[in-house]
Amino acid sequence: MTRAALESTLLARRGAGRKLVVPYVTAGVVADWLQVVRALAAAGADAVEIGLPFSDPMMDGPTIQEASLRALERGTTAPAALAALADADVGVPLVAMTYYNIVYRAGHRRFARMLADAGVSGAIVPDLPLEESAPWRAEAEAAGVDGVLLVAPSTPDERARRICAASRGFVYAVGVMGVTGERAALADSARQVARRLRPLSRLPVCVGVGISTPEQAVEVCRDADGVVIGSALVHRLLEGADPTDAAALVVDVRRALDERVESDEPVETGRG
Amino acid sequence: MGPPGPDGRFGSFGGRYVPESLVPACEELAAAFEAAWSDAGFHEELDTILRVYGGRPTPVTPCRRLSEQLGVRLLLKREDLAHTGSHKLNNVVGQALLARRMGKRRLVAETGAGQHGVATATAAALFGMDCTVYMGEVDVERQALNVFRMQLLGAEVRTVSSGSRTLKDAVNEAMRDWVATVGHSHYCLGSVMGPHPYPWMVRELQRVVGEEARAQCRELLDGADPDWVVACVGGGSNAAGTFAGFVDTEAYLVGVEAAGGAAMGAGGVPGVLHGMASRLLQDEQGQILEAKSISAGLDYPGIGPEHAHLAELGRARYEQAHDAEVLAAFELLARTEGIIAAFEPAHALAWVVREAGRTVPLGSTVLVTLSGRGDKDVAQARELLG
Ligand SMILES: Cc1ncc(COP(=O)(O)O)c(C=O)c1O
Repeated sequence: MTRAALESTLLARRGAGRKLVVPYVTAGVVADWLQVVRALAAAGADAVEIGLPFSDPMMDGPTIQEASLRALERGTTAPAALAALADADVGVPLVAMTYYNIVYRAGHRRFARMLADAGVSGAIVPDLPLEESAPWRAEAEAAGVDGVLLVAPSTPDERARRICAASRGFVYAVGVMGVTGERAALADSARQVARRLRPLSRLPVCVGVGISTPEQAVEVCRDADGVVIGSALVHRLLEGADPTDAAALVVDVRRALDERVESDEPVETGRG
Repeated sequence: MGPPGPDGRFGSFGGRYVPESLVPACEELAAAFEAAWSDAGFHEELDTILRVYGGRPTPVTPCRRLSEQLGVRLLLKREDLAHTGSHKLNNVVGQALLARRMGKRRLVAETGAGQHGVATATAAALFGMDCTVYMGEVDVERQALNVFRMQLLGAEVRTVSSGSRTLKDAVNEAMRDWVATVGHSHYCLGSVMGPHPYPWMVRELQRVVGEEARAQCRELLDGADPDWVVACVGGGSNAAGTFAGFVDTEAYLVGVEAAGGAAMGAGGVPGVLHGMASRLLQDEQGQILEAKSISAGLDYPGIGPEHAHLAELGRARYEQAHDAEVLAAFELLARTEGIIAAFEPAHALAWVVREAGRTVPLGSTVLVTLSGRGDKDVAQARELLG
């Protein structure tokens, strides 16, 4: 196993003028999910988010709920999924996404080590807000795992500043007030939140939730450093797409971003 | 039972484990509640509504025949006689008033047995607000009458068919709704659970049950307090409200959970769900397990954080009642006292019936909070008792 660092990789790629693409897949959603992870990396992902399924995913809409349920029914556990990843040698940074009870039950230190041992270099815990997250972030940092924090459209600026300062790896900007899921159109809040965060954050700002198409990715990346794409991809897997077909979405997003994004105006990026 | 610590904690339990999107709304609610709760005008409006509309104070009824049969002096705090048929209205009227203060025009709620949903739909009608209630598919079936009551009251009932299709999943779905609608909607949570400030706020809004009961008991008992105070526990709101009135007396406090949903039993392990750290039924990986009970209102794998804390302090104890003894107690109360209780408080009663002359010495005085009436359960009882 080799471990690709999350924060330095993303900073370097942004520095090279590249928009970041971070696709999400639920571990265990299909038998060949590891092949999906590899296909996503090959399709031009800058990091891959791995969902460790939880019985009660309250930030997730129907698509990822269904994926979590299928993964659990297939017997997926966090330790087993992580053990599988440890041997996968994907070549891009991996970020675990799971709910806090999974972390809490394992124990902060043990869970952080499990991630590190599996070659995972970041973690997103969406039901663990800034105030509750300090003990977990300390253990994650000690294990070399970046604790990625989220900012929402409803977050006031002062609070957003503190979250940006505490986040590691990147800042996850929630693009829309709501749960994960595909949306027909990009919410106004997606660009607004990115625009608001860029000057507050020294880290890349990636917008997730409600980004489903290359067009939406291009639009939001006029203000954001990158996108997280989850439900649109998982939807394909649930409908039986093979890893390459599913990852084709990331190929399209990658190409669209590489070709078409030009910022309306230069956005000043914060120093910290 | 005072306010929680600054981060919403009762000992090591409680807290605020919500997505970032909801943190500002929880902060706003905590501030609004704190301001309202120290505002005499708010109390006056709330108390007046609960009196002239809600039917408060509810009486304490001494049970003559059942006391004789059990060998203890049994008193019932009659929340079944409150408007909408349970203690749930106390909480909901308070939260609807707060929602109005915060300028929210829609109430979102989860419901198990349907009593909290009916109470929320009632308050929404009273205040002219929109109302959406999430209810698990299993509960929609076994509490069909309450579904129709909510609809009559103008609420939209959304059936939840994910997970165990009961209360736990209704909470998930209500929270998902709230994340998307928090600008104009208030999440009217039905028990002493969820993120701070809910466990504290709902306990304070239910405190009226315990405070009334203590005064009424003292009148009936020549100034004495009951020896035992017993209430059923789903999330634990009627128990928390009751205990709040007796926590500084000598009374033993007992919360009774459904054996199939006993977060305080051997299967309950500290964990985090629905915004709170508490005790939860879960497996070794942290996946939440499904509760299983005849009582839709107690069919929940967690418990309010303050109860977990009271247990840790040794101030309250938590016991279990099985479906069969609950049904027997339900029948017994009907036949000896002419009161058809809801299945939920029949758990509290079942524990007293089982333990009178054992844990509860003969001759003791026992107050049971009869948190709701049994009309909603009559159809199910008919099937079960055949
Ligand atoms: C009559 C009655 N009692 C008790 C409960 C359980 O709630 P809690 O534990 O919050 O009092 C319910 C819930 O539906 C109920 O309807």
